[in-house]
Amino acid sequence: MKIIVCVKQVPDTTGKVAVNPDGTLNRASMPAIINPDDKNAVEAALQIKDQTGCKIVVVSMGPPPAESMLRELLAMGADEAVLVCGREFGGSDTFATSQILAGAINKIGLENDDLVFCGRQAIDGDTAQVGPQIAEKLNLPQISYVADIQLGKGEVICRRMLEDGYMTVRAKTPCLLTCIKELNMPRYMSVAGVMDCYCKPLCVFNYDTLKDDPLIEPDTIGLKGSPTNIFKSFTPPQKGVGTMLEGADRAACAKLADSLAEKHIV
Amino acid sequence: MAAFNNTDLAAFRGVWVFCEQRGGKLMPTDFELISEGRKLADELGTEVCGVLLGDGVEGIAKELGGYGADRVYVCESPRLKDYTTDAYAKLICDLVMEKKPEVLLIGASNIGRDLGPRMAARLHTGLTADCTHLDVDVSKYIEFLRESSTIDLTTQKFNMEDRNLKMTRPAFGGHLMATIICPRFRPCMSTVRPGVMKKAPFDQAKADACIIEKPAFSLQDSDLRTEVLEVVKATRQMVDLAGAKVVVSVGRGISKDVQKGIALAEELAEVLGGVVGGSRATTDAGWLTADYQVGQTGKTVRPKIYIALGISGAIQHIAGMQDSECIIAVNKNDTAPIFEVADYGIAGDLFKVVPLMIEEFRRVTAK
Repeated sequence: MKIIVCVKQVPDTTGKVAVNPDGTLNRASMPAIINPDDKNAVEAALQIKDQTGCKIVVVSMGPPPAESMLRELLAMGADEAVLVCGREFGGSDTFATSQILAGAINKIGLENDDLVFCGRQAIDGDTAQVGPQIAEKLNLPQISYVADIQLGKGEVICRRMLEDGYMTVRAKTPCLLTCIKELNMPRYMSVAGVMDCYCKPLCVFNYDTLKDDPLIEPDTIGLKGSPTNIFKSFTPPQKGVGTMLEGADRAACAKLADSLAEKHIV
Repeated sequence: MAAFNNTDLAAFRGVWVFCEQRGGKLMPTDFELISEGRKLADELGTEVCGVLLGDGVEGIAKELGGYGADRVYVCESPRLKDYTTDAYAKLICDLVMEKKPEVLLIGASNIGRDLGPRMAARLHTGLTADCTHLDVDVSKYIEFLRESSTIDLTTQKFNMEDRNLKMTRPAFGGHLMATIICPRFRPCMSTVRPGVMKKAPFDQAKADACIIEKPAFSLQDSDLRTEVLEVVKATRQMVDLAGAKVVVSVGRGISKDVQKGIALAEELAEVLGGVVGGSRATTDAGWLTADYQVGQTGKTVRPKIYIALGISGAIQHIAGMQDSECIIAVNKNDTAPIFEVADYGIAGDLFKVVPLMIEEFRRVTAK
């Protein structure tokens, strides 16, 4: 049994977000981190490895510097890493990205008792689309928003969160799960893990590695193969300056209440 | 079935809305999306169709007409009672391939965000996630940019005949906005943030006139690879943030005395007829449950009054409340970013200010 975990390196948007004058994101100004939901997906796989001794392969599509993130995941306990990297893959939207990652997973190979884990969504796009789209391309059943995983014989039973409760869903393996932060608390790298991580295999899949897969066609990957295009990208205008009420006292509160009453807001 | 050609754009007509039901009840977002779909269909000169799947749901379909649906496709089966990715994706994809709608809108709920990408991948078309603004008509889109962007419109060229759906969504917590198009494939698919589109007034005559159509479909047990073992509703009543006229939210600033901070917010909310919400810090800390969270990863709200107590205003939070009509912020730190979006700001200790605020709001509302 093995678990393939799809991960993404993202700019840390919890601090200050810098925008270039042309309305694009200034990625260089922000530290690169492992996407938080993906880290939960890796931890979920590691917990299953702790129980069963299964193999974990982490896969990421991204530029060469994403290798450092993959090394970090190997140090956490993953066994192998694959970096999907190539000029032909650049500019992919979620459709094209899932096409490429599905091709990479085909190359790694999926057996009957294997699982594919993804994070629910990446913090730089917040689309939550790539996981389900990989599942469709690989013709796998999917369970998204997973907050608990019970492994059975040839099946998984998951708690799938809804806004107003949850569903318990059973799926036969192989299947794809998308993981949320409620699932677990990701572990840190161990010292031994850090020592080991440079001995573990990390391969790079480029266009030539994957081009024989029918999913990888010039018109289904990269910018050209992306059904969606950015029409405009822009920054919202700064809101007009509001009123600061001087003094945190009754007079300030009275002024606020009167002002809202005058404008018929209350 | 003949191969589905989705690049012959002219063959696609109609605006469709996937109408989600849970436990046989329509979701509030269905009405928002039908109302928005009506607007788009008028711009495209076409009709709005709801797509409703479930078990014994025909009776609730007509209500969608009251918000602007011309027609509702209803598929009923015990296998459709609870949402499953396989059954719903198969039925709706089959129907899309047969009837060829130009636009397909789906609420960006945990279910819609499971269904939408699966369908878009199967139909080989584009999907834009979590949209907050939609346009077809180019002059209306230009008007939207004039109000909501810093783009210098004098340098921009537009094709006024363009009939692509222009789907706008926030990125990076609202620091950037992107308008996405899907120019080569149909349908144009979009998941839409719940609580963002305005619901039209209900019209009984339109509801009565709405056509209910029950298309034939095939669904075998072998089509379903996942099985729903149980559906559990949260025992507690969930807070209705999206529908509230007034939201009083608390943040990290209540850490000194969490219980008192929440009690003050509740009292203030009660005076103004509103509900309590919280920043991500409060739900992460477990002071409030996740359904209270306002922000990019929580709920988007646009109430008449939004009061932020002890919330510094991280971009994720601001993305979820900046469209509120009147924003009031109380924070100890007078340079907190929340004051940049606030209409009224008070720099002070919320534990001292809020009791006074409660009294003063009582005074003016009693009049």
